[in-house]
Amino acid sequence: MSGTVSNTFQDDMDTQGKSIPGSTDRSEKRFRFILALCGSLIVLLLLAILVTLLVTALPSIKEFGLFFFIGKVWDATTETFGALPFLVGTLFTSFLALLISIPFSLAISIFLGEYFKEGAISGFLRSAVEILAGIPSVIYGLWGLFLLMPAVRFIEMKIGVAPHGVGILTSSLILSIMIIPFSASLGREVITLVPGDLKEAAYSLGATRFEVIKNIVIPYARSGLTAGILLALGRAIGETMAVTMLIGNSNFLPTGIFSPANTMASVIANEFAEATGVTAASLIYIALVLFFVTMIVNIAGTYVIHKLSIESSKEVS
Amino acid sequence: MENTVLKIENFSASFGDNRILKDINLTVPRNVVAALMGPSGCGKTTLIRCVNRMHELIPGATVSGRMTLIDEDIYAMQPIILRRKVGMVFQKPNPFPTMSIYENVIAGYKLNGIRIPKPELDNIVEQSLKKSALWDEVKDALHRKGTFLSGGQQQRLCIARALAMNPEIMLLDEPTSALDPKSTSQIEELFVELKKNVTMLLVTHNIAQAARVSDVTAFIYLGELIEFGPTEKMFTVPKDKRTEEYLTGKFG
Amino acid sequence: MTGNHVKRRLAEDIFFKGMVCLFAFISLLPLFLILYYITKNGIAVIDWDFLTSLPRPIGEAGGGVFNAIVGTLMLIILSGVISIPCGIAAGIYLSENKAGKLASGIRLSVVVLQGTPSIVIGIIAYIWIVAPLKTFSALSGGIALSIMMLPVIVKTTEETLKLIPYHLKEASLALGVPYYRTILKVILPSGISGILTGILLSVARITGETAPLLFTAFGNQFMNINIFKPIDSLPYRIFYYAMSPYPEWHSFAWGASFILVVLTLVLNLIARGISVKWKTRF
Ligand SMILES: Nc1ncnc2c1ncn2[C@@H]1O[C@H](COP(=O)(O)OP(=O)(O)O)[C@@H](O)[C@H]1O
Ligand SMILES: [Mg+2]
Repeated sequence: MSGTVSNTFQDDMDTQGKSIPGSTDRSEKRFRFILALCGSLIVLLLLAILVTLLVTALPSIKEFGLFFFIGKVWDATTETFGALPFLVGTLFTSFLALLISIPFSLAISIFLGEYFKEGAISGFLRSAVEILAGIPSVIYGLWGLFLLMPAVRFIEMKIGVAPHGVGILTSSLILSIMIIPFSASLGREVITLVPGDLKEAAYSLGATRFEVIKNIVIPYARSGLTAGILLALGRAIGETMAVTMLIGNSNFLPTGIFSPANTMASVIANEFAEATGVTAASLIYIALVLFFVTMIVNIAGTYVIHKLSIESSKEVS
Repeated sequence: MENTVLKIENFSASFGDNRILKDINLTVPRNVVAALMGPSGCGKTTLIRCVNRMHELIPGATVSGRMTLIDEDIYAMQPIILRRKVGMVFQKPNPFPTMSIYENVIAGYKLNGIRIPKPELDNIVEQSLKKSALWDEVKDALHRKGTFLSGGQQQRLCIARALAMNPEIMLLDEPTSALDPKSTSQIEELFVELKKNVTMLLVTHNIAQAARVSDVTAFIYLGELIEFGPTEKMFTVPKDKRTEEYLTGKFG
Repeated sequence: MTGNHVKRRLAEDIFFKGMVCLFAFISLLPLFLILYYITKNGIAVIDWDFLTSLPRPIGEAGGGVFNAIVGTLMLIILSGVISIPCGIAAGIYLSENKAGKLASGIRLSVVVLQGTPSIVIGIIAYIWIVAPLKTFSALSGGIALSIMMLPVIVKTTEETLKLIPYHLKEASLALGVPYYRTILKVILPSGISGILTGILLSVARITGETAPLLFTAFGNQFMNINIFKPIDSLPYRIFYYAMSPYPEWHSFAWGASFILVVLTLVLNLIARGISVKWKTRF
């Protein structure tokens, strides 16, 4: 770490002919040191989080190893811990939520990025999306309990399955509402960035607006839209409160979209406060997995955005 | 020449391996306007940025040779002490956007944490703004932000900011190139007035400007000092063929 | 033939636009419903008593969320005190060191931290603070929330400072102002609106966080201002009341939600106001 810190003292550079005495000002060095220190602290924080999770999960990792991921039974009384139900629960709810949200977030992106770039309606829609993003998760959960849950229960009774009201579908619905703002705002940005001359070229060939959107805008903005979806997925996977309140807290492998379940995040929220010993270690093991999964998804999303901004800056020059 | 302010001896400067200035020798006497001219990219900016050691802030930048400011070795001084004795005015006016006109003028004191009683500060502000011919225009708006002024006024504010520190020498890097003709001539008139008190090193790629305002002129070409002498002499009988070609517009 | 073809394409065009508008506005439906529910159910329970009294056991009428409001404010202050200085300093570091190993390491860490699920951060604060002190505490909650604030502050600071023209820094350095004073007195003030906006947005974000508080600040039905004791917060109170079987507590959850949403909206509005009004003109 100290090597990287010291190369920031740019003023103290060596010069060929005559060495320029760098500023000997103590306070300047101290200042640069503090900046680098605070920066390093963030890296250290991340490493410390990683190490903490690894070390405290170790008893469970030792005991269950990779079987943790295929074990179907989660039972604290017999100290048998398999996380498969929660992995399935997480994947199921997140991807279902993603599926539900994509048409809506895409519609908002196209609406704001193509049809109505400016004006009152677009300003209104944009603020609405921002407000949606700012509403706390626990309030989504509360609302879901009193509106979505009865609605789903009603459907369940109509089609004749056990009327839990809570479960995978209810959680996916609330999640899809919560992640729309994330993919929509990034989607709007990339759609706005599509060069006007490309679109004009297509119009001049007689294409309709729909054809331009389908054949020019969407393909051009594809990687940005993908990044938005990835970041939204990251959110959905890690989302805790609303899901905890609506998924039904069941540790069995989900059997369908109406069945109660648990996600990795919700099982931690439900059980960690009372857990000790191997149970706690196993929950931390889940947290570790959650940490890695969201890390990969987020790095991938950010990487796509980064590549995107490099490409667009190339085009300008 | 007695009474030398700035003396540059065998001075070279580089960006990495790219040697920009080659063995410059130059002596600037007191109370003159010394023009540095030459085609774009020849190293004028680099040279004056070596005088207040701003050059070395760029990673990989190096220098060799000697520079003295009133017999003091510039490269043996603390940069921050040196820079308080050397005023600099940039190509684009750059008043501090968060400060009022008043605060901009005394920015050198304020930012350096030098405490001065308020009446004295008022005096410094008034004198500096008068010297830079801005006082009459802004005396009733001293507490407005400096960025609300016009481009020419902003540049005179920056000159006042430099003057407030009582510099031994002022470095001016094409100070009028971003301004309209009227502001340009106002600032040129200002130089004639200012040189009674301070020495000025004026970078310009405008030959006519060098002819109008400077007492001595240096012609730099591809990083070398080609010719240096009284402006009148150089413009009438240039010694070097390249100077002549430059003055007659053959290049640059 | 071609006439039909063109007609079909035009119809398709209109149909698509209609669908886009329809879907865009359907996605607003939940927002309106949520705001409607919060307002309708929230206003019904909010009165002076609700804002200024403590929770009462079930069966006793009345009671309020005063301790939760105080707790939320305390948690905001705690996490701000911890994360703001360090976050701004790291942001300055990034804007001053665009390349370099440490800089890219910090950038990567910021991305990862920002994406880390809040429940994981709750666990971390539990292991680091709650377990050694053997008690839930406001401090551990504040630390969990500060870890969530930190990446947002670093990022907004860096992005704000990157936009400040380099010539301002040179103007200051040329006056003989030392580097650290140049940063603190010229660069930071020029970016103050952007940085403040970032801080307020990050505060708005953590104000509603519940998951990191479940095993840290926990909750407390009594008034507490000791940072080494468990403390109540609005989001936790909402969760607690929402999951209870009592209709009266459910209405309290709506009341607390109303306060929380107003708080976050006000923070967002102030943030937006600052970024417009205080914007530095270069
Ligand atoms: N920051 C820099 N890094 C590398 N090379 C530079 C830098 N600034 C200027 N140069 C090079 O130095 C030479 C002289 O530049 P400069 O002193 O700005 O010229 P002038 O002011 O006479 O137009 C140019 O060829 C330019 O490409
Ligand atoms: Mg230049």
